[in-house]
Amino acid sequence: MNKNEKAGYDRREFLLGSTAIAGVAAAGTLLPGGTALAQQGKLKVGLMLPYTGTFAQLGVAITNGFKLAVDERGGKLGGREIEYFTVDDESNPAKAPENVNKLVQRDKVDVVIGTVHSGVVMGMAKVLKESGTLWINPNGGAGAMTGAACAPNFFRTSFSNWQTTHALGKVLKAKGHKNAVFITWKYAAGEEMMEGFKEGFEKEGGKLTKELYVPFPQVEFQALLTEIASIKPDAVVAFFAGGGAAKFLKDYQAAGLKGKIPLYGSGFLTDGVLDAVGDAGEGVETTLHYADGLDTKKDKAFRLAYAKTYKLQPDVYAVQGYDAGQLLAAGLDGVKGNVSDKAGVIKAMEAAKIDSPRGTWTLSKSHNPVQDMYLRKVVGKENKVQGVAWKALADPARGCKA
Amino acid sequence: MDFAFFLIQLLNGLQYGLLLFLVASGLTLIFGIMGIINLAHGSFYMVGAYLAWSLSSMTGSLTAAILLAIPLTVILGMALERLLFRHLYQRDHLYQVLLTYGLILVFEELRSLIWGDDVHGVAVPALLNASIPLTDNLSYPVYRLAISGVCLLLAAGLYFLIQKTRLGMMIRAGASNRDMVQSLGIDIKLIYTLVFALGIALAAFAGMINAPLSSVFPNMGGQVLIICFVVVVIGGIGSVKGAMAASLIIGLAETFGQVLVPEVAGMIVYVLMAIVLVWRPEGLFGRA
Repeated sequence: MNKNEKAGYDRREFLLGSTAIAGVAAAGTLLPGGTALAQQGKLKVGLMLPYTGTFAQLGVAITNGFKLAVDERGGKLGGREIEYFTVDDESNPAKAPENVNKLVQRDKVDVVIGTVHSGVVMGMAKVLKESGTLWINPNGGAGAMTGAACAPNFFRTSFSNWQTTHALGKVLKAKGHKNAVFITWKYAAGEEMMEGFKEGFEKEGGKLTKELYVPFPQVEFQALLTEIASIKPDAVVAFFAGGGAAKFLKDYQAAGLKGKIPLYGSGFLTDGVLDAVGDAGEGVETTLHYADGLDTKKDKAFRLAYAKTYKLQPDVYAVQGYDAGQLLAAGLDGVKGNVSDKAGVIKAMEAAKIDSPRGTWTLSKSHNPVQDMYLRKVVGKENKVQGVAWKALADPARGCKA
Repeated sequence: MDFAFFLIQLLNGLQYGLLLFLVASGLTLIFGIMGIINLAHGSFYMVGAYLAWSLSSMTGSLTAAILLAIPLTVILGMALERLLFRHLYQRDHLYQVLLTYGLILVFEELRSLIWGDDVHGVAVPALLNASIPLTDNLSYPVYRLAISGVCLLLAAGLYFLIQKTRLGMMIRAGASNRDMVQSLGIDIKLIYTLVFALGIALAAFAGMINAPLSSVFPNMGGQVLIICFVVVVIGGIGSVKGAMAASLIIGLAETFGQVLVPEVAGMIVYVLMAIVLVWRPEGLFGRA
């Protein structure tokens, strides 16, 4: 074949190219990140969060929230100043062990804060279980972190996936719905939310007629919406997030199902997407541990301070980051800043009662928040609180033996 | 599944297939006909969608936004070809892969700087914002049907351009032997610039017209990139007809896969691709 004949080249070269991409991606982790030796006396806090990619905004909101909590305490926790170490985890589970090791082994941080993506959370869990470093997870809802993989040094200030849908069973029952279908992405978080709902709904005597899965992260819902129309359930429960959630809400409306079969969901279905969906979200009811219009003193003060400091409105992620700061503060206050007394810090954190913008919460035995789940309804561009769907809901923490 | 719903699913599958063809058409041209591996295809799709969103919120009309955005993307395509791609035609494909992978990162960062990281919605044009009732609780959005029409027109136009026009003949000749075409006195450089710009504009156009359906969000290009390569590989490199056939097959396979075998729906198209690669390595309509 002539060297200039291009038309007939085969796919091997394409595959070769793909390998090259993987190489380039790996090279990205070699960025210079080392800071000079830490000064004595400062508390070393490692932030491992997504600062690029789809979840970048969530990483920023969590960081802002955390720093707000520290600033409110005069920039000190347990009387000690803070030195931050930051790693961008890129929401890449494959790089999670390597990234968390940068904080644990290279920077020798006292506590790790992170992260958003559940897959990365499970990657961190392996490393942190071995090293025993204090760990506060301000988002990723993987059940196993405070379930089968739980450990004394693992704490979470957000939610377990199970929690975000479990209360919906009661809600649907109260509305008189006897059967429902659940639609979500086929990946761990989606399946855990489905389980949480199924358990709650069946306990109330409801029937989950069908579980519908869309391959992650695809957003072509037409086939399954047609399926829903043919099943004709009393209600549809959904979990999608971000761009997928926006598209689902719009497609649900465009398919003519909105108004005919009521739509419910995990709160993430309607968080951060209402500006994008027009009136497609109107009336959708969801459960989550935070809502618009809570109207408590703490929430008002938090929202005002956050808006003033960052010129942004806070969201649920900012609250989770803020509470991570509050929980750590409680732990360090308990040992007067002596972080080497790890058992003391853990004990103080376990006993803490966190006065959060979402309402007061405590930790379960497996270190996951025991918290009120709110029923929210989309009204205009807000997820307006309708009441408490489940008071002090605790994750069952299956398999946690620590 | 009764017969009525079977027909609706068939419609869903065909409609999704046509959408895939639209999204993959730019890649068919650049990868399939010019032989350039363009990993940044999805980025141009994203640029198109973001342009549609920002221009339509400025002008208040998606049609106006698309008319404004197409010339912009053509210029972008020509500039990229002149400045970057032109220097790589004679090199190994690996260089193209590296360049276009770099472009993905650059465009993603530019998107974040210019437009931010929020999810945005684009309104369906008022004229097409209706639904046709199919059953007592299901209706079909007119906009989806309109897109299908556009896809068919586009497919016919591309086929005509490449197979039936003089320009198309030159493109095909240039694709199989660049030097020979040049020595026959044809300005192959200009042709390549035009074809490349057309490919970029097609990718961006797909993003624009799809924006009301898919919403506009970060990394949206990454999702379409892989499926576009699957379309071109199954269809056969260098074949518009093949790309169309592959799009429809994938659309139907995904639709019925999700309904009938939901557990493995995510793999179906890749299994399909593997089978085609073993059975006909040149693709369904590719030249052996």
